[in-house]
Amino acid sequence: MVSRPRRDRLGQLAEALERADVRGRGGACFPTATKLRAVAAQRGTPTIIVNAAEGEPLSQKDRYLLMGRADTVLDGALAAANALNADEIVIAVDQGFSAEAAAIGRAVRARPDLSRRGLRTTVQAVPSGYVTGQETALIAALAGGEPKPTQTPPYPFESGRRGRPTLVSNTETYSHIGRVARGTYDGTRLVTVSGAVEQPGLIEITPDTTMAGVLQSAGGITESVQAVLFGGYGGAWTTVADATALTLEERVLREHGLTLGAGIVFLLASSSCPVAEVARVAKWMAAESAGQCGPCVHGLGAIAGALEQLTLHGDGFRTCVQIRKWSEMVKQRGACAHPDGVARFVTTALTVFAAEFDDHAQHGGCGRCDDSTALPTPHRRRSTAGSDARRSGTPLLEIGSKAASR
Amino acid sequence: MTQHLRVNPIECAAHGLCAELIPERVTLDDWGYPIVDGTPIDKDLVAFARRAVAACPVFALKLAADARLKGEPAERR
Repeated sequence: MVSRPRRDRLGQLAEALERADVRGRGGACFPTATKLRAVAAQRGTPTIIVNAAEGEPLSQKDRYLLMGRADTVLDGALAAANALNADEIVIAVDQGFSAEAAAIGRAVRARPDLSRRGLRTTVQAVPSGYVTGQETALIAALAGGEPKPTQTPPYPFESGRRGRPTLVSNTETYSHIGRVARGTYDGTRLVTVSGAVEQPGLIEITPDTTMAGVLQSAGGITESVQAVLFGGYGGAWTTVADATALTLEERVLREHGLTLGAGIVFLLASSSCPVAEVARVAKWMAAESAGQCGPCVHGLGAIAGALEQLTLHGDGFRTCVQIRKWSEMVKQRGACAHPDGVARFVTTALTVFAAEFDDHAQHGGCGRCDDSTALPTPHRRRSTAGSDARRSGTPLLEIGSKAASR
Repeated sequence: MTQHLRVNPIECAAHGLCAELIPERVTLDDWGYPIVDGTPIDKDLVAFARRAVAACPVFALKLAADARLKGEPAERR
């Protein structure tokens, strides 16, 4: 039975989100109102999951929000919980972000409205990993399993955590929901800027912000830039000229085959070897595969291997053709979009850095190949499935009525 | 209602029987995994599609209805 208050709260919030055009800020850019309504249309008591897994090495915004703007994130989670009559809010944080988990835990404890009768709020650690933030992988990790995607359908909105309709959204998305609910949303979004800039870090942009504005906020460039990466390791490379010509509005970028993804702008300095950078990231991304789907395991491995070949001794032009072919081959063939992201990252690099790739194909590794350190590829401590499960299955903090949790 | 073939990439273990049984819709990639053409299965292919589904040793191949489920968002990551 749907009670009247729920319908009113839901309708009001969904309409407000629609008017404000709030969209998923984890990278999918899916309209949040649609997602909210899809959860509401299901039978069963919904669950709210705040996704703070942030496995993308070039993104920092979710960690910042947990530390610096915890209350707007919690406002959003609570507004969604109230609209959906949810009895549980789970804040899923990468196990490596202990300070951030502690900060959001303190903020949760300071809010009696999150622990009222019939609502339970927990902060839970999930294993580190690029794919951990994928919705179904996150739900698996929260249940104590390995952070691996499951086959969809069913989607989380129909059968998610404990089989219940589940609203999984990015941390920043909840901060936007919170600001919409309070009437303070202004359409800005967070972007992590890094690479050849004086002050790498977070900036806030509006839909009409251009690259010039981004660079100004980031204190200007440190040296000449050869290309720009939008959207991180599942995103797309673009030339400086193209990047400068566009406003950084998601709708505009998508018309050009680009996206800011989780809000990422990276500027590659002219002194770096793009082939070596792309090869190193592709190898790292191949290792970040959940290892479940054949095309991802074998395809990304093959692409990364061929790219590495180019930084060593080259192989005529066969290798570049092969890389393009394999990148096409893996698209839309995994349970999640991990292979599609790598394919986009690699194929756009082949286009933007065509001259450099041709040169490496002919002559092999260049003098700069060995100094490739511009793009971060953090070392992951690989733990066994058993210890992962123990870590991720245990809430770091749990408040609220036990009766609601069952 | 028309149907199309769909592979569960998590379950699929590259046995490759599907590509033998319905090459009109399934080819194999460089590593032996099926590339499934999701276009509707015509009447004259239905029997072959069913045989391919039945032959999959790990139950990774399914015949699915073309229509979207009610309430299912159009694009998801």
